Amino acid sequence: MDKSRIDPLKLAGAKPKGKRPYFLKDPDVERVLAVTMAIAQELAVVRERMDTVERILEDKGSLTQADIETYVPPKPIAEERGAWTQEYLARIMRIYQQEIEGLNTPDEPTSEDIGHELAQDE
Amino acid sequence: MSDTRNYDGPPDYRNVGLHGMSPETTHDEKARFNFLAHLNRHLASNVLPGVKKAYETRVAPHQPKPNHRNQVRKQLLQDPLFQHWSALRRGTMELRQQAGRWVTLRQAESLNSKAENLTKEDPRLVLNPDLKIPNYLAKIDHHCMPGSYHDEIVPGDVTGAANYDVGIFVTTGGGLGRFSDGGGEAVVAWMKKNRPNFAPKRILDIGGGLGQNVVPIAKAYPDAEVVCVDTGAPVLRYGLARAKTMGVDNITFVQANAEDLSMYPDGHFDWVQSTMFLHETSVKSMPRIMKESHRLLAAGGLVMHVEQPQYAPDMPLYEQAIRDWDAFYNNEPFWTKLHELDLDQWMVDAGFDRDELLHGGVAAVVDSELFPEHANDDVEDYGRKAAWHIIGAEKKAA
Ligand SMILES: C[S@@+](CC[C@H](N)C(=O)[O-])C[C@H]1O[C@@H](n2cnc3c(N)ncnc32)[C@H](O)[C@@H]1O
Repeated sequence: MDKSRIDPLKLAGAKPKGKRPYFLKDPDVERVLAVTMAIAQELAVVRERMDTVERILEDKGSLTQADIETYVPPKPIAEERGAWTQEYLARIMRIYQQEIEGLNTPDEPTSEDIGHELAQDE
Repeated sequence: MSDTRNYDGPPDYRNVGLHGMSPETTHDEKARFNFLAHLNRHLASNVLPGVKKAYETRVAPHQPKPNHRNQVRKQLLQDPLFQHWSALRRGTMELRQQAGRWVTLRQAESLNSKAENLTKEDPRLVLNPDLKIPNYLAKIDHHCMPGSYHDEIVPGDVTGAANYDVGIFVTTGGGLGRFSDGGGEAVVAWMKKNRPNFAPKRILDIGGGLGQNVVPIAKAYPDAEVVCVDTGAPVLRYGLARAKTMGVDNITFVQANAEDLSMYPDGHFDWVQSTMFLHETSVKSMPRIMKESHRLLAAGGLVMHVEQPQYAPDMPLYEQAIRDWDAFYNNEPFWTKLHELDLDQWMVDAGFDRDELLHGGVAAVVDSELFPEHANDDVEDYGRKAAWHIIGAEKKAA
């Protein structure tokens, strides 16, 4: 097999055929969003690894690389980790949550509006 | 322990079923799949409902009343929440492809040689290197999967197929079960319930890919000869290797175009079926595919296609527009057209009587101890939920 032709680093991120759609008003913002989410992903990966390390240490008091690689969380622990990821995403995605809640009160006054109103109340 | 909610999220990737062709994954690669499954789920259950609300409260009231889903989509494109949800969803798909491709490409040599050893000189792999890949497959990489189902980076390459295999967990948040075969299991369950005495001798699965969904069928009908037809050599090669390591030995993987299966005589199969296939074809190829299915079906036999639901007139335009997202933004170009076609008419045009047609609904059947059961689940990821419609026909016994 011609191994020299497979460069996983380069090929893993290859572009699929078909022009990429951009959605945000400024494509640069979309680029930054894509990078941000990739970093969020990597932080979640580190967090899961840390959790694995902590759990093995708690159980056995020592660990090897192989322990980490072969660790399979029992169901309650997998669920705890899943719940952590949900919470993590809820925190990262907070701005969308608040925007959605705000849809219920589209005419809500701003603090500035209220400031004017209060000034006149005096 | 601080969190006392009942956990209802995706299972850990470490629960997926392994077979002899499963790529190895490191701790961090598994963690990456876990994160992406959660991200898909978060977008579907927490952000997408907000898109609907945004449409109802701040888009629709200020726009002319739409009479087609494309108008709804164009209106949605102006809304910042739809824009962000779309950018995140597209980005998540790209991250998923990269994560899966990294896993399979870094071990390409071992995956490819495993597949070669398992399939070498096996008569159940029938490749045709001269087969022309139809335009509708060659022009675009379906669901942003570089190289699609048919490209080979090196001769004998199966890495694209392996990537498809590991990545479905991410896209559906585990909703297709341990072996990503919830569709095939659902078809089997439907058959056992509705046609308990059906004993097909020959079964044809068209556009069967790597056979994830045909394996449960082959297992349920161990005495049947099963043929899985696809245009892509890598998926077929991987499919045979995968099935063999799962102890399933009654499937032959054949590289052919479902528009022309003239190598099989009329009435050769008792059951012709497809899962998630028609939406990746084209309007020109469909009549040929349907005609071939009709021709190949034995009297008394059954044809069955499993697809996402059609855009029936009673489906709200908003829902149609969201279901169309994959057509426009996830490289599924025929998706939008397929779901508006009158499939009944196409089956009739292919030669079936209207009173031979059959319809049904099925949801993924999975090992529910660890995997979410989509039938009882209210997260609606329009177009990706593991719940489908069946359109089929029974050829009357002569
Ligand atoms: C979305 S995949 C579905 C695979 C499989 N049925 C499953 O349920 O996972 C669609 C498959 O159809 C194949 N395909 C598309 N057009 C085809 C044709 N005309 N003849 C044979 N296979 C085709 C593609 O190569 C691809 O593997």
